[in-house]
Amino acid sequence: MKVVEINDLTVKYPGVKALDKLSFSINEGDFLGIIGPNGAGKSTLFSCMLGILTKYTGTIKFFGDDIRKSRNYLKLIGYVPQKPIFEKNFPATVKDVVRMGLNHSDHQLIDKVLQQVWMHELGNRRIGDLSGGQQQRVFIAKALVNKPKILILDEPVTGVDVQSSEIFFSILRELNEKQNITIIWSSHDMDAVNKLTNKVACLNRTLFFHGVSNEFFENEDLVKQYSEASMQQHMHFHETN
Amino acid sequence: MTLEILSYGFMQRAIISGIAIAILCSVVGLFLVLRRYSLFGDAVAHSSFGGIALGLLAGIYPLWTAYAVSLGSALVITRIRYRFKISGDASVAVLLSAGIALGLILISLSGGFTIDIFSFLFGSIFLVSTNDTLLILGLTGIILVIILVLYRQLVYSTFNEEQAKVSGIPVEKINYLIVFLAGITVVTSIQLVGILLISALFVLPNVTAIMYGRGFKQTSLLSICFAIFSVVAGIVVSYIFDITPAGTIVILSIGIFAVTLGIKAARSS
Repeated sequence: MKVVEINDLTVKYPGVKALDKLSFSINEGDFLGIIGPNGAGKSTLFSCMLGILTKYTGTIKFFGDDIRKSRNYLKLIGYVPQKPIFEKNFPATVKDVVRMGLNHSDHQLIDKVLQQVWMHELGNRRIGDLSGGQQQRVFIAKALVNKPKILILDEPVTGVDVQSSEIFFSILRELNEKQNITIIWSSHDMDAVNKLTNKVACLNRTLFFHGVSNEFFENEDLVKQYSEASMQQHMHFHETN
Repeated sequence: MTLEILSYGFMQRAIISGIAIAILCSVVGLFLVLRRYSLFGDAVAHSSFGGIALGLLAGIYPLWTAYAVSLGSALVITRIRYRFKISGDASVAVLLSAGIALGLILISLSGGFTIDIFSFLFGSIFLVSTNDTLLILGLTGIILVIILVLYRQLVYSTFNEEQAKVSGIPVEKINYLIVFLAGITVVTSIQLVGILLISALFVLPNVTAIMYGRGFKQTSLLSICFAIFSVVAGIVVSYIFDITPAGTIVILSIGIFAVTLGIKAARSS
């Protein structure tokens, strides 16, 4: 069953196309890795999918419905941003942050999701006192508290140490395999995407490849072609920024 | 002597109004401080200066014109900020200087500074009437109910706007609401500490409480306690020693803040 369908998605910023005629779909239970260099359009794609960016052409459907017509789909989505920006001294405990995802406080549910991300022992600590990796696990818990069908993660382990990243990946794998949550995860880390995902989408403003991860990563020519195209895009991004 | 002081009608009105304003400023101020918008209260207060001058010139009760000018200018500047992507501190500077400039022109047109202007600049809590007290209590009640009803949306959008937006919270509307509530709070509080010191009531109890509190509610309650203590003690002490209540209240708040810094420094060393 297709849970996400993207057709001819094009986003134009002044003087540049951030995304050009992107079309692909995501099935229920997929663990999709979206890879691409800086400026490839990963964050723009997520902004469109999450309804933050509305100036685009083409269509995005979640669960068969065009997201321009209803925002109800957001109730079925958990979102973990790259590095959540919040005031370092914000007076909120881990449980407070998870509770923000709920309309009504449910202590048992909050404890349960914190257990799922191995953070239940730190429930009363201030969020700003935790490491980057621990904070990201709290944000997964906050996303899980609404029992989402899809989890969208925008480069969630950028700047997080290797050990914390491994814990993070284990949690994602468990959520995907045991709870059948569809995961859409953007990353720079091709090795991690290769290990974790069953599908991959290679973005370079256009869609270079979309399909089964093994088919991409085991095809050396394809990986080489993509790496070269990505490098050109990367150089262009840094020249123009 | 303290008990005797409390038997005076003007003192009772001052303390009741002061407690209401202390609660209001610390609750609304926590959202402003955490949004790095601490000086917004100052800017709205300065824009109210223009409104007060307009009221005095036109022969209208100055607080009504202050409400109108402050709320109008705060909402307009917020709109401009969104539309033209101007930073928070720059928009505060525009609002602040525009209000003072308008006030000075209007005052010069009306023949210069009078005792009325000074009472708004420096506060006049002992002159609060029963009607003023009822207005302050009414506005405090309404604003607190709004905050309680929209508590989750307010806290979430203050914590992280992007995530709040994705969760379906109308972040822009919430931001306008905070500006609106802050505007009403500032003008309502002018009688207590005056235009020049109003931002201290928004900022000091909250930055002090943030250093102690873990969760949002705990921090908010601590901030309310610090604010009420400063205001009540400030009013009583200023009466006993015949000094300005506004200055005394702010100095007491700074004292609590300084003691907190000392405790923190001692603990960390």
